[in-house]
Amino acid sequence: MNKVNKIFQKHMMEMILLAICIVIAITAPGFFTVSNILGILRSAAFKGVIAFGMTMVIICGEIDLSISSTVAISGIIAGLVGRRLEAAGILPMETGIVLGIIVSVAICGLIGAFNGFLRTKFNIPTFIITLAMMNVLYGAAALLSGGFPLTGFPSWYNTIGAGNIAGIPVPAILLIIVFIIVHIIMTYTTFGRSVYAAGGNPEAARLSGVNVKKVKILVMVAVQALAAMGGIMCSSQVMSAAHNFGKGWEMDVIASVIIGGGSLNGGVGDVKGTFVGLIFLGVLLNGMTLMNVSEYVQYIVRGGLILMAVLINTIQLSRVSESK
Amino acid sequence: MSILKTESITKIYPGTRALDQISVEFESGKVHALIGKNGSGKSTLVKIFAGSVQPTEGSFYLDGEKMALHSPQDAIAKGIATVYQELSLVPGLSVAENILMGRLPMRGKVIDWKRTYQQAEELLDEYHVNIPAKEKVSGLSLWQCQMVEIVKAISMNPKVIMLDEPTSSLANHEIELLFDMIRELKKKDVIIIYISHKLQELWEIADTCTVLRDGTYIGRTVMRDTSHQDLVKMMFGDVEIKTRPDDLQVGEKVVLEIDGLTRKGCFQDVSFRVRENEIVGIAGMLGAGRTELLRSIFGADPFDGGRVIFEGEEITRPTPVKMKNRGFALTPEDRKQEGLIQMMSVAGNLCVASIEYLAKHKFIRRGKEKQYVARQIEELEIKVPDPSLPVSSLSGGNQQKVVVGNWLNTAPRIMFFDEPSRGIDVNAKQQIFQVIWEQSRKGISSIMVSSELEELLEVCHRILIMRQGTIAKEVFPEDVTVDELYALCMEQEEGAK
Repeated sequence: MNKVNKIFQKHMMEMILLAICIVIAITAPGFFTVSNILGILRSAAFKGVIAFGMTMVIICGEIDLSISSTVAISGIIAGLVGRRLEAAGILPMETGIVLGIIVSVAICGLIGAFNGFLRTKFNIPTFIITLAMMNVLYGAAALLSGGFPLTGFPSWYNTIGAGNIAGIPVPAILLIIVFIIVHIIMTYTTFGRSVYAAGGNPEAARLSGVNVKKVKILVMVAVQALAAMGGIMCSSQVMSAAHNFGKGWEMDVIASVIIGGGSLNGGVGDVKGTFVGLIFLGVLLNGMTLMNVSEYVQYIVRGGLILMAVLINTIQLSRVSESK
Repeated sequence: MSILKTESITKIYPGTRALDQISVEFESGKVHALIGKNGSGKSTLVKIFAGSVQPTEGSFYLDGEKMALHSPQDAIAKGIATVYQELSLVPGLSVAENILMGRLPMRGKVIDWKRTYQQAEELLDEYHVNIPAKEKVSGLSLWQCQMVEIVKAISMNPKVIMLDEPTSSLANHEIELLFDMIRELKKKDVIIIYISHKLQELWEIADTCTVLRDGTYIGRTVMRDTSHQDLVKMMFGDVEIKTRPDDLQVGEKVVLEIDGLTRKGCFQDVSFRVRENEIVGIAGMLGAGRTELLRSIFGADPFDGGRVIFEGEEITRPTPVKMKNRGFALTPEDRKQEGLIQMMSVAGNLCVASIEYLAKHKFIRRGKEKQYVARQIEELEIKVPDPSLPVSSLSGGNQQKVVVGNWLNTAPRIMFFDEPSRGIDVNAKQQIFQVIWEQSRKGISSIMVSSELEELLEVCHRILIMRQGTIAKEVFPEDVTVDELYALCMEQEEGAK
C-alpha cells in the first residue's frame, strides 16, 4: 500500500496529465484522427525545439524570455540574407537561403552569448537581461523587415515547416532529432552533468572545479540557436517572416519545462519531462480549440495549469527535503 | 531583581545529547559570561532561551514563571531579547525606524516622524551611542550596526538580554565603546548573558562565568577570583590527546611553497612550505584568516600579492579549474552551501569534481562512474541504501564523507580540509582522520584547518598558528598541550590590550 502511495505521489503530475488527455480525447470531436494528431505534433514542434533548449537553461538556474523575439528575427535575417545575396548576383534565392539560415542561427547564437556574457560578467539576473533583449530584438525585427511581412522564399523552403517525409511532418522529425540530441547531451556527457551541477549549487560546482561561467554562457547560446531554428521552421510553414511571429511563445515554452518537472531554482528537470509537458500542452490547446472553447478561456486554463504544475513540483521537492 | 533559572534542561538531537541535565541560574544587574568550546552546547542553551529550540526535557523559569516558548516571538513577548552575531537590521531604513520597527509612534493613520526621531535619539543618548537617528543603516559600519541592534533590543525593555559573540567582528576601540554601553545597561535591572570565545575580554566585562563542556554543566565562577588557566581547564577538561599512527613520516621533497601571500583585509605576507606526505594543521581563532588563506591558494578567491609554487613551478592566477587539474582538492568549511549539490543524488555528488576524468571524448563512461561511486561508498563507509537518493537525505557525517569522496575521486596530490569535523559525530570524525592519514601514506600532503585544537594535535605533523592574518608561530604537536595551543592562538589579542 505504502509503495503504491509512493508511486502515486511521485508520478502525480503524469497521472493528472494522462487523465486530462483521456478526457479531452474522448470528448473533443475529431481528436482521434491521424491528421489531427500529426497536426498537434507539428504545432508542438516549433515551440518544442526551443523548449528543449529552455530545459537546459532552466536546469542551469537561468531563464531566457527573449526567445519569442528571436523566433521573429531569425526568419527575417534568413530571408534578408537570401535576398541580398540574390540582389548582389552571388547566389540565387534557392541556394542563398541556406546561407541565410546558417547566418541567422549563428547571429542568434551570438545574441545568446551576449546574454550569457552579461550574466556571468556583471552578475545581472537573466530574467532582466532577456526581458530587455526581448524588446530590443522585437524592435530590431520590425526595423529590419520595415514592419511588413517578408516574402519571396523559394518553394523548397516550405518543406522545413510544412513538408512530410514518409507521411510524417518534417517539423515532428526535427523535434525528435533535437530531443534525442539534447537528451544525450544532458544525460551522457560531462557538459550535461555540469549544467545540473551549476544550476543546483553554483558555488559548490565552482569549488569542485566546474567552469560555471562557461556552462552558463553555453546554455544561453544553445537556447538562442534553437529558438532561431524554431523561428525558421515557423517562417517556412507560412512562407513569410514578420516581426510579430512568436509573440507570447516564451510562456508556452517555459510552461512546458515547468509542467515537465523543471524548477526555476535550477538543478532539477529533464528533457523527457519537457517532452511530456509539451505534448500535454499541445493536446490541451488542440482539444479546447476542437471543443470551441473561447481563446480567452484557453488563456485562463493555460495559466492555471502552470500554477498547478509549480505547486505540485514544489510540494514534491519539499517532501524530499523534509525526509532527511 | 529578576532571575533566569533552568531546571535540568536536556536537549537530544538524533545521535547526540546536546545538553544533559543543565541547571543554572542568572541574576539581574550582572554580566554573565557563558562559555564552552564548539559543541559544548552553549549555542543550544541560548537557542532554548531565545525560543527557537524547545528542550527535550526540563524547563526554565523567569522570575518563577515557567517559560513555554514556541517561537522567538514568544521569547520577545516574555522579555527575552537576543542580539545575534548575524545582524538583522533593514539596511534601507533609518536608525530610528530600525530601533522602533513595528511600534513606530503614530498620529492617526500616519507615522509621527518627529516623535519617532525624538524617541530614538533619547534611547541612543541614554546609552551614549553617538549615531544620528536619521542616518540610513546602510551607511553605518559594522560596529555601529551592532550598537543599533543592542539599542533596539534594550528599547523593548527586556528582562533578559543575550549577546552572542558581540565583539567577534569589532576592532579594539570599538569593543571599548561596546563595553561602555554594556556597563550602562548593567545599571538597569537586566540579566545580561554574554557569549564569547574571547576569554581575555571576560575579565573586563563579565561578573560571573558559566562553563559548559560536551553538553554538561561544569561550573560557575566569579570572574575576579578566577585565573585564565582555571577557565581553560574548565573548558577543555583533562583531554586525552590521541596521537596519530607512528608510521606516518614526513617526506623530504617540498610539494607546496607559499611565498608572501597577501590578500588585503584577510591575511598578509603568509609564507610556509608543505612536504611530501606531510599533514599541516592551521590553528587560530575565528577571523584569523585561515579559511580565506586556503580559498586563495585554491583559487576560489583572488589574492593581491605573493606566489604559490607547486612541485617547483609557480602557479599564476589560480582558479579552481586550474588547481583541480594540477592535483589540488578543497573540502570547504560550509558543507551545505559550498560542498554539496543538495538536490543531486549521492552518486552525482561523488563525481562532480572528477567528471572529466571518467569521460571519454566528453561522454561519461557509465561503468567507470559506477565504479568510482562504489569505491568511495565502500572505502569511506558512506551509509546510503541507494546511491541514487538525494544527498540531502544523508546525515551530516555521511554528507561530509561524500564531499571528501568527491575529491578523492580526482586522485589529488594535495588536499585542503577546512573544518572537516564540523557538525559530524565522533565515528565519522575518526573515519575522516583515517582518510587523511591514509592519503599521507600514499604520499599525498594535506592542510587541515580546524577550530578543534585537540584534533589538530591528534592529526597533524606540524601546526601553524594564525593570528590576525599572519602566521605567528609554528609548533609540533609533541611539544604542546591543548591549553598551551589555545593560549598561543589567543596571545595577540592579549598583547593588544
